[in-house]
Amino acid sequence: MTSRAEQTLGYTILGVFSLIALLPVAGIVFTALQDPDGFASFGSIDGLHFSNFSTAWDEANFGTYLRNSVFVAVVVVSVASLLSILAGYAFGLMRFRGSTLLFYVFLLGLMVPMEAIIVPLYYEMRDSWQLQNTYWSIILPQIATSVAFGTFWMRTYFRSVPRSLVEAARLDGASSWFTLWRVLLPLAKPAVLTMAVLLFMWTWNEFLLVLVMITDDGKLTAPLGLSVFQGRNTSDLTLMAAGSVIVALPVVIVYVFLQRHFIRGMLSGAVKG
Amino acid sequence: MTVAAAPLEAAETASGKGSPGERPPGEPRLVGYLYVLPAFAVFACFVLYPLAEALWYSLWEWNGLPSSPATWVGLGNYTDVFTDEELRSAFLHALILLVFYAVLPILIGLLLAGVMARAQVRGLAFFRTILFLPQVIAMVVVAVMWKMIYDPENGALNRFLGWFGIEGKSWLGDFSLALPSVGLIGTWVYFGLAMVLLTAGVQKIPPSLYDAARVDGAGPFREFLAVTLPGLRGEIAVALTLTTIYALRNFDLVYITTQGGPGDSTTVPAFQVFSRAFESSQVGSAAAVGVTLTLVIFLISFTINRVAERSS
Repeated sequence: MTSRAEQTLGYTILGVFSLIALLPVAGIVFTALQDPDGFASFGSIDGLHFSNFSTAWDEANFGTYLRNSVFVAVVVVSVASLLSILAGYAFGLMRFRGSTLLFYVFLLGLMVPMEAIIVPLYYEMRDSWQLQNTYWSIILPQIATSVAFGTFWMRTYFRSVPRSLVEAARLDGASSWFTLWRVLLPLAKPAVLTMAVLLFMWTWNEFLLVLVMITDDGKLTAPLGLSVFQGRNTSDLTLMAAGSVIVALPVVIVYVFLQRHFIRGMLSGAVKG
Repeated sequence: MTVAAAPLEAAETASGKGSPGERPPGEPRLVGYLYVLPAFAVFACFVLYPLAEALWYSLWEWNGLPSSPATWVGLGNYTDVFTDEELRSAFLHALILLVFYAVLPILIGLLLAGVMARAQVRGLAFFRTILFLPQVIAMVVVAVMWKMIYDPENGALNRFLGWFGIEGKSWLGDFSLALPSVGLIGTWVYFGLAMVLLTAGVQKIPPSLYDAARVDGAGPFREFLAVTLPGLRGEIAVALTLTTIYALRNFDLVYITTQGGPGDSTTVPAFQVFSRAFESSQVGSAAAVGVTLTLVIFLISFTINRVAERSS
């Protein structure tokens, strides 16, 4: 059926494009490992100088940025996941007046870009809520945009749950709360994990919100730290590359281990970005 | 993989109405409100309320200082989208970037899907992991990385071209090269998404359709047009929706690589929102651009999914 030539063509095209995807990434890793005192240029190799990472960590403040990012991401992902599970459960398995309308309001949130709400958010945070320059100013909006996707995602999952399972739990006299946590959620692990990794990636990589809300260098998240750093030291190539690797690495590590979850999530209509 | 559900879900997202029999299966339960309440409260405070406020802001002219008065301009900020030179070019650039962010990646994806339809290739999962990698790297890192590649003095691209005796260029500093150069970064980020989505779609097309086409004497090209392309409609719609929305939301890439420059040659709507609101004291106008962007995103996802629905 399939000719050898066509198969070779398939491998070749896949290989070429994989190389295109990989080369810039490899380039920045090599750059980060170059001799900091030598003549640095993108993508060349002159030995393995891991000291760039510790310099970026200590002197260029990436340790602080990373800690801030971890804190924000942990709070956002855990709270948003919890709220999404609860809301998705109700939308998926219960009927109440106005539930359809309410759900479509959440869906609307899936398409609202940060750019549309950032201006009022800035003035509210600064003037009414007095939260500007606090972690709350990034955590709260990030949770809010995350639950739009999370609710949509968990609802889809709960609707796929076999009805008999829920009915059996009810016949046994289980409350809706018990049914959710003891009966349904143990089965929902893959769906929850997929949601959590996507929310983690979006939170970790968020830029505009932090750029607008945080002015104190000590409270910046990792991507913003990199942006500030590159504004200051455009000449220090090795350090900037090391910083870039530090910023990208946590998500890449999660991705390498859980890539099936990432891809599944991104491909099933995850419209958020 | 749940690719099968994707077009349906995306269509539902866009069209705002479920298909028949879509009612939640459960019994009526008032407790449902309690479960939805926490999520809705946060969502209402930090998305819905600001969105409504943005609509309100967009009808005024205001410089952002609490002490200075705002002037009612009605839809004036919206007509500016069509008349203001800077805004017009921002939206025009977004349109051009669509070619790089959406059309090119999908064409590359289709090329591969066409080949895959006939060749059974093993190890797809491995390639998939690599091809998807650019998606997960923070846009800031992508931008910093490509700035190094495009660097006119010492950049990898100019050095590479130098091997062939081609003179290097100032990719991001040149008025006519800057926008396509930014666009190609988008192509690099999103072609993997398109390829993975479309090759997965191809594997769901029944082999009998290909056999039938071959019996009818169709060559590889006819076969692609008659079987592969129609079979991929849903996946193409999803890929187009996703990449289009990403293209329209493109802020960090432009902010880091070019700041909209040189001149206004790479400015985009998302960048205009930021620069008008926080740099040039045109708060109302910034809000109007943000709202317009949202409307465009709505309209595009709605249209794409309607078209995909009708043709399937």
